[in-house]
Amino acid sequence: MSAIEQMEKYSVARSTTASKGAAVVSAFILIVLISVPFWAARSDLRTVVEFAYYLSLAQMWNLLAGYAGLVSVGQQAFVGLGGYMLFVLAIYLNVPPIAAVFLSGGIVALIAIPTALTVFRLRGAYFAIGTWVVAEVFRLGFAQISVLGGGSGQSLPATIVREIGSGRSEREMIIYFTALFIAVLSVGIVYWLLRSKHGLALTAIRDSEPASGSLGVNMFKTKLSVYVLAAGVTGVVGGLIFLQKLRISPEAAFSVQDWTAAVIFIVVIGGIGTIEGPILGTLIYFVLRGLLADYGSVYMIVLGIVAVVVMLKAPQGVWGLLANKYNLYLFPLRRRLDRKNDLER
Amino acid sequence: MEWVNTVVQGVLLGGLYAMFATGLSLMFGIMRLVNIAHGDFIILGAYLGLVVVTTLGLSPLLSLIIVLPVMFMIGYVLQRVLLNRTLGTDILPPLLVTFGLSIILQNILLEVFSADTQKLPAGELGLSSITVTGDLSIGVLPLITFLVSVAVIGGLQFLFYRTELGRAFRATSDDQETVRLMGVGNSHIFGLAMAIAMAVVAVAGIFLALKTNFDPTIGPARLLYGFEAVIIGGLGSLWGTLVGGIILGVAQAIGAQIDPGWQILAGHLVFLIILIFRPRGLFPRSVD
Repeated sequence: MSAIEQMEKYSVARSTTASKGAAVVSAFILIVLISVPFWAARSDLRTVVEFAYYLSLAQMWNLLAGYAGLVSVGQQAFVGLGGYMLFVLAIYLNVPPIAAVFLSGGIVALIAIPTALTVFRLRGAYFAIGTWVVAEVFRLGFAQISVLGGGSGQSLPATIVREIGSGRSEREMIIYFTALFIAVLSVGIVYWLLRSKHGLALTAIRDSEPASGSLGVNMFKTKLSVYVLAAGVTGVVGGLIFLQKLRISPEAAFSVQDWTAAVIFIVVIGGIGTIEGPILGTLIYFVLRGLLADYGSVYMIVLGIVAVVVMLKAPQGVWGLLANKYNLYLFPLRRRLDRKNDLER
Repeated sequence: MEWVNTVVQGVLLGGLYAMFATGLSLMFGIMRLVNIAHGDFIILGAYLGLVVVTTLGLSPLLSLIIVLPVMFMIGYVLQRVLLNRTLGTDILPPLLVTFGLSIILQNILLEVFSADTQKLPAGELGLSSITVTGDLSIGVLPLITFLVSVAVIGGLQFLFYRTELGRAFRATSDDQETVRLMGVGNSHIFGLAMAIAMAVVAVAGIFLALKTNFDPTIGPARLLYGFEAVIIGGLGSLWGTLVGGIILGVAQAIGAQIDPGWQILAGHLVFLIILIFRPRGLFPRSVD
């Protein structure tokens, strides 16, 4: 039998039965989510918006730490910058608020370039703390800018709030759909990126930095682009968050607990280095938060303990455990070799 | 004259920052561990001091008789039970576990002690100063803090280069596998290293609490100051760390002199500038 005949017996596939099922289910969930504003209560809308921005933040942090080996504890820098850019664009440059949310992301991505060139001088764990210093510089810096309210912050003026939508329910609906779009976009970007040529480089870096380097992966360029991309999307999410809150202050905008600690716990518990992990992690986060909301800071303690235990006992996270046990890949990234006659039989 | 005064106060402040940094430097030097909860442990030390002072009525400096051994033991147990399990080639587990610890510790302190700010009573010590010339006077407490910091670093330097334990530390730092073959147990050595780091943290915590108001949330900022001092000084050099602390202290003092809101910011900016121009610090000794 010739080599070609041998090869013809096999086919390369990515999708699995589970992934095809998952695509159908996702489409269904998306349709349900689109219908939510037409029947659900106000507070439910707010929860879905929060879910959407935490999911997006988690996807971006996971892209950095889970794939590019860039463990940042300073992502609050970009959430805060995104929020402040929204206020600057909307108040001082008369940009329509929703457009300003997305434009903020672009500006944040630009600011991320010099930031990256500085913090990339630090390696590993020191890189992590370096990103935190940068976030602090932005927090302390914005507290000094009195036109933006200084340390006490400012609210979005009523005239601009009315620009989002004339009535309250109309505004909430517009913010809801923007949030939904951003969440789908962030999952989509990660999925698309990882299935592309760059994804292959990223996965290689995740598995072994020295080996991928020796195989010709341009480590610096790959890491830089991922860092800037993640910063940009995180900036868009920051704009969205403070569009919903309508008020910004340095403490809230650059909060490490809200925008980085919670996100890290979500990704670690859900499963780092997968697309499904952050989705599952965000669900777990909201369930835990619902259960423990009455206990104040106990809730962060429990979340922290769960994350530490998961990191030690099951570093692949809850999704990793499930995926291994049931061979489940809802967002298939790897190529698989199937024997053709197996399929025909 | 005002500026000379500012610089002197900055130098003395730098002594405290060097103490924050020494613990970090020790942990990284021996076991390549970066403890993100470092600052929160400093605050834990401060609160332990507060508990001892209020319940036993000891003076703050004497409270170290209890706080120091307690922190020493916390360090040893923490390393043996938790942190040793995270060490390996992957940087993610130690980073995320200590980050988790930081958040857990902050919130536990918040539950137990509330968000109210506290301070250890410095008494006479806090008020007295030495007049050098007409305009320049040096506070006794900052001076003691600085001298203690120098003594701590000198002591560690002696421990590292003149004792058997120090030899084991240095050997473990150089090559863990070979040290095991020579019959030195890594996990015990790491436990001792963390215990010593935590003893330094205890001293730093007490001096911090004598100097300023503290509350459960200020730990991370102390981690950043310590980290900046380590990087400015250059990895692996304890005396470099002291210089790093001093540079940071002076930068903050000058920043505060210009505008109180600029104190912390000036320190961070000087750190970033040094990082850009001298990424390996001023006195680098070890290679990553």
